[in-house]
Amino acid sequence: MKGILNILKNNNKALFGSIILFSFIFMAVFAPLLTDHVPNKRTGKPHEYPGPIVKLAQASPDGWVATNLAYDKRTLLMSKKAEHVMGTSRMGRSIWSQLAHGARVSLAVGFGAGIVVCFLATVIGISAGYFGGRVDDILSAAMNVMLVIPQYPLLFVLAAFIGEAGPLTIALIIGFTSWAWGARVIRAQTMSLSEKEFVKAAEVLGESRLRIIFVEILPNLISIVGASFIGSVMYAIMMEATISFLGLGDPGTISWGIMLYNVQTSSSMIIGAWWELLAPCGALITLSIGLAMLNFAVDEIANPQLRSNPGMKRFEKMQKADKKARAAHVKAEVPHFPGEQDLASGAK
Amino acid sequence: MGFFLRRLAFYFIALLFAATLNFIIPRAMPGDPITMMFANATSQVTPERIAAMKELLGFVDGPLIVQFGMYMKSVLTWDLGISVQFYPLTVNTVLGNAVGWSLFLAGTAVVISFTIGSVLGIFAAWKRGSKFDTIMSPGMLVIQAVPQVVTAMLLLFVFAITLKWFPTSYAYTPGVTPDWTSWTFLKDVAYHAVLPLFGATIVQIGGFLIAMRNNMINLLGEDYITMAKGKGLSENRVVFNYAARNAMLPSVTALSMSLGMAIGGQMIIEIIFNYPGLGTVLLNAINARDYQVLQGQLLVMTLFMLFFNLLADMLYVLLDPRLRKGA
Repeated sequence: MKGILNILKNNNKALFGSIILFSFIFMAVFAPLLTDHVPNKRTGKPHEYPGPIVKLAQASPDGWVATNLAYDKRTLLMSKKAEHVMGTSRMGRSIWSQLAHGARVSLAVGFGAGIVVCFLATVIGISAGYFGGRVDDILSAAMNVMLVIPQYPLLFVLAAFIGEAGPLTIALIIGFTSWAWGARVIRAQTMSLSEKEFVKAAEVLGESRLRIIFVEILPNLISIVGASFIGSVMYAIMMEATISFLGLGDPGTISWGIMLYNVQTSSSMIIGAWWELLAPCGALITLSIGLAMLNFAVDEIANPQLRSNPGMKRFEKMQKADKKARAAHVKAEVPHFPGEQDLASGAK
Repeated sequence: MGFFLRRLAFYFIALLFAATLNFIIPRAMPGDPITMMFANATSQVTPERIAAMKELLGFVDGPLIVQFGMYMKSVLTWDLGISVQFYPLTVNTVLGNAVGWSLFLAGTAVVISFTIGSVLGIFAAWKRGSKFDTIMSPGMLVIQAVPQVVTAMLLLFVFAITLKWFPTSYAYTPGVTPDWTSWTFLKDVAYHAVLPLFGATIVQIGGFLIAMRNNMINLLGEDYITMAKGKGLSENRVVFNYAARNAMLPSVTALSMSLGMAIGGQMIIEIIFNYPGLGTVLLNAINARDYQVLQGQLLVMTLFMLFFNLLADMLYVLLDPRLRKGA
């Protein structure tokens, strides 16, 4: 725990990313407490303006807000209702409530699929890399085939044939179609690890293969598995939004993708109901940025070579301090005559 | 030569696997395609009509093995059946009309993003740790992380609907007869392609940028770079003729592969901008439950992926002499 806190303190990207991620998790968990309206019932008129906008516009009828943010200035100034924080959709449903409840589905699909991808990639990658031989041949062929079959069409066709896929189904099909990249990376890393001395030593000692995999190899793969997990969560959230947007999801669920689907089918964009479009878009963008930041952080921790400025500065500072210390050390320990040093090194 | 034969064998197996998958998916799902097709029909449908329809569309009754054999034969002879939605047209015609637009969009987007991404990557690596690097490299990756649905819809809303700078849909003004020799028609096509191209380009820059940057960083530590600097060559010469040229190698092969990926990846952009490519065909096929087109689509996309992968392999051998000797 202390280690994680330390990482967050030293790494701005990790801190920023986890703040975003945890605020979305908070929003998803406490959605019913944070919202006044039910997400899936009509609670207002169609396309009500967001509350704050109405108040701002009515406070100054000729201000910037009233002239620029309304598709029809008169309705904005005349609207009496301002109880929906983010306005309502075409169906008269509260956007904020849909957004908060939708976070549940989007995050659940993201993490669910991420776990499936990660599990499959790790199991397949390690088996292929460690056992080698026939096992490796078969698993590698499977990986390569999965890599050349185009992901998007495959997902869409699968979802289309299943028909009105619910969140669980979407998470599963994403999970089962996108493990190949992770597996390939993990396989390569496992192969190079199993040539290392400590693994050879464990084999010579007669450790069981399972123990070698779980105790010797897996802990060294944690950073790669972690990066592939965050990557898969990102990908899954993106794909859920896409599949639902295309109308392949179950229209009864509330998710960000379904919100986008409603925007598209009710032609809210053409009317100019920007709040209905911006809410799910903003949420998806913010969450993606947060996850991308976490991904960078994991990358930097796992692969110091890619670090840019701050790490290098710290390194330079350390090097300077080291040089100074060494200079002082060397001055103090100048041998009295050359022979003494030779003797010392010879004895070693 | 051995290298090529092995790759070719692998691609053939991958194609067979994709075709098998294509065969299994509709049959593993509840209900058969023909019955589902008629599920929404208002008039009474007699079993004879269903049987006639099945025969017309090339569905064969009988044990799975026989069906599979027939299916494989139709795949290998490239007879993908007849579209339900556009009835007398074959799947080949429906897909053939769309492939050109998709290739145009994907090809242009990949070339533009490769050029921009690589140049930015070269600068980011050369000035590693500078403000440009710390902002540009993660920034482009963040843009790549944003779902394409979101980028495309925002582009459409801001530039096409609100500002009315660009058209909201189609590849050229509806009603105009395509005439590829007339300058006005070409301008019309370009005008309609701006927003989809922008959407498809911006999400790909990050990948090329990072690939180039990481390759360059690895290469900049090599002795021959130090030597070139030591000889007193100009900075431009060292960067472009010594480092970038070698760092380009993995990127060029990635270029070919990403062309295959882009055709699948940009489908969502085609759908949002109603661009007449494979994506729009796919969505229409899904909505019309046109299973023949769906299956054909997946097969065509796989073929593109395989073709561009093969191209990448060939480029790799061409560019990297070590592989040639090894084979």
